Amino acid sequence: MFESLTSRFSSAFSTLRSRGKISSADIDATCLEIRQALLESDVALSVVESFIAQIREKSLAALPTLQSGTNQGQAIFEIVNTSLIEILGGDARRVRFAKNPPTVIMLAGLQGAGKTTLAGKLAKFYAEQGNTPLLVASDLQRPNAVTQLQVVGESIGVPVFAPEPGNGVGDPVKVAKSGIDFAKSKQYNMVIVDTAGRLGVDQELMKQASDIRDAVNPDEILFVVDAMIGQDAVRTSQAFLDGVGFDGVVLTKLDGDARGGAALSIASITKRPIMFASTGEKLSDFDIFYPDRMASRILGMGDVATLAEQAKKAFDSDTSAKLEAKFASGEDFTLEDFLEQLQAMSKMGSMSKLLGMLPGAGQMKKQLENFDEGEIVRTQAIVQSMTPIERRDPKVLNGSRRARIALGSGRKVSDVNNLVDRFSAAQKMMKQVRNGAMPAAMAGMGLPAMPKAAIKSAAPKKKSKSGNPAKRALEEGQ
Amino acid sequence: MGLFSKFIAKVRGTNGFAPADWKELEEELLLSDLGPSLTKEFLEQARKVKSENAQEALSQILSTHLSTKDRGALLGQETTVIMVVGVNGTGKTTSVAKLAAQLKSGGKKVVMAAGDTFRAAAVEQLQTWGDRIGVEVVSGKANGDPASVAFDGAKRAQESKADFLIIDTAGRLHNKNDLMAELEKVKRVVEKVFPINEVLLVIDATTGQNGLQQAKIFTEAVKVTGIILTKIDGSARGGVALAIEKELDIPIKWIGTGESEADFAHFDAQSYIQGLLS
Repeated sequence: MFESLTSRFSSAFSTLRSRGKISSADIDATCLEIRQALLESDVALSVVESFIAQIREKSLAALPTLQSGTNQGQAIFEIVNTSLIEILGGDARRVRFAKNPPTVIMLAGLQGAGKTTLAGKLAKFYAEQGNTPLLVASDLQRPNAVTQLQVVGESIGVPVFAPEPGNGVGDPVKVAKSGIDFAKSKQYNMVIVDTAGRLGVDQELMKQASDIRDAVNPDEILFVVDAMIGQDAVRTSQAFLDGVGFDGVVLTKLDGDARGGAALSIASITKRPIMFASTGEKLSDFDIFYPDRMASRILGMGDVATLAEQAKKAFDSDTSAKLEAKFASGEDFTLEDFLEQLQAMSKMGSMSKLLGMLPGAGQMKKQLENFDEGEIVRTQAIVQSMTPIERRDPKVLNGSRRARIALGSGRKVSDVNNLVDRFSAAQKMMKQVRNGAMPAAMAGMGLPAMPKAAIKSAAPKKKSKSGNPAKRALEEGQ
Repeated sequence: MGLFSKFIAKVRGTNGFAPADWKELEEELLLSDLGPSLTKEFLEQARKVKSENAQEALSQILSTHLSTKDRGALLGQETTVIMVVGVNGTGKTTSVAKLAAQLKSGGKKVVMAAGDTFRAAAVEQLQTWGDRIGVEVVSGKANGDPASVAFDGAKRAQESKADFLIIDTAGRLHNKNDLMAELEKVKRVVEKVFPINEVLLVIDATTGQNGLQQAKIFTEAVKVTGIILTKIDGSARGGVALAIEKELDIPIKWIGTGESEADFAHFDAQSYIQGLLS
């Protein structure tokens, strides 16, 4: 996400940082650079202009007090960061629960924004926190939207109120209204109303949405918007704000690449907070939106908080506990443990996405792009082609065993050799850090699938350290 | 008056644009999602325009960015196979149905394969369309292998001597390598029966510069031969499609403009370009 924006920002600021003393001309040049970066990332033009004006003004105001300081670049950077967080919504806000249940959440948005999927994700999210949500199928327009919601509801064990078949049949306002009554009578404490997708310019459908709103009197109206949206974000979000109104925004498809503009545009124009981020195909791929994390990410400071959370999720407590116990008892880290880690890592998503969350990742964009995700699969295949004995004790791997493994995994013998060498090096390092200097999970992480260049530079023979702190952190992670 | 004609009127009347007008033109182009680099290029070229023949010159500038490839459907020998791909929520299933309806009304025999086995009820959605427009739908199990559904579709099209087979696929974000590999597999498997003549990428007109990235990566995986630009009926102008034509030389072939099956037409360059600036 945000890669292109991040790399642009990174270069703008590294130029700034390299200057001893910043002049107002430097600030203007940086502002131009930021302007271009924001436009390329689909931030709405009006938002770009006002953001730049704001940055320029704040920076110029701060300049006199900075002249004596040593790190003016950092100070300007801070100004940009703070402004970004401010626009992105300040502190993350949670859904307001109704005093008298049920809490009613209504979803609205363009066609294809991902409302129905989001309804399921939202229901799952709140059900897991002990709520009893009910999904209401008020999208009677799109063919089989009702069926889709039913399938989604069934898969997460949340009931779906769908008295009408949809496909153009039935009154969505009536369905929404009776959905609330149904929830009250059955004591559900939350109702999520899915509505038909509509275009901002479609008066008739917009009226239908406001009729649904008036009928169910929602506690929260969430505007669901595709993170890939371009300049139309302005017109669309304004049309929805005027047509139905909304209290919060949900960004969907945030697991794609190079998109961040919409977040800035919509938050800035509508003054409504972005509350949730939807990031994947699975119904669990959903999280609260954190403006500060997003701002750090845009600025190339990485998103370590999210990374840590994902790691925690992926490396379930069993695996970690087992590893810790092994470590404590002085046992070796084996290829079997390594395989388990690889599998846990694939659960966390693509390596380039993970590495992209690390600080300074913006400058490593090239390497990240060339990252071969298949490497993890191939590494797994090699380990899986080994017998249990070989996995526990790679020393037994003689030439004929290696040839067999290569054949079994469809790789070359040199690939097998390579893996074994890298593994032995890692094993050696694990012994050195056994005192607990580094968590086991992290140590394993860098191992399998670094880009070729990074592997070379991180190989134990070559002791050079990168001057780039992020790169060095990665190297040390090996 | 649209900005385009306003621009022409101004250039014609005087010796050119005032700086404020150029600013306005830049804004308008950016708002159309043309992207900053294409906008910059256009403005540079436009500045050189002599005042006498402004309209022609400006149309010329814009049309140089359009692909010169044929915008008609690429036809196969017996059965023409069209695969429809794209990111989530762009309107693939709807486009498949609309395209099928258009071909059918032209007297062609069409089979649709419900290759989106992933999204809940996508198969039913296509089935509903099939019933509505009277086109046969070949489907498999939910969460089944999309390649096998596509293969069955190809077999069925072969048996029934269909003129067209249109394969729907699940939406996928282009940065998901495994899903892109799945798409390659669908193509490989279908081509055991028929060559795929046309791979259409569905781009949502509201998409920003990310659309270019989508086109790049989808084309790397399955060699996109044309674009369907959907949801052009809203306020979005779909300028990124022009950027795609310019960068990747992939022609826009159809546009989707609404919810009913009639809201689907061959791409018209003239009105598209007018729309970018109106």
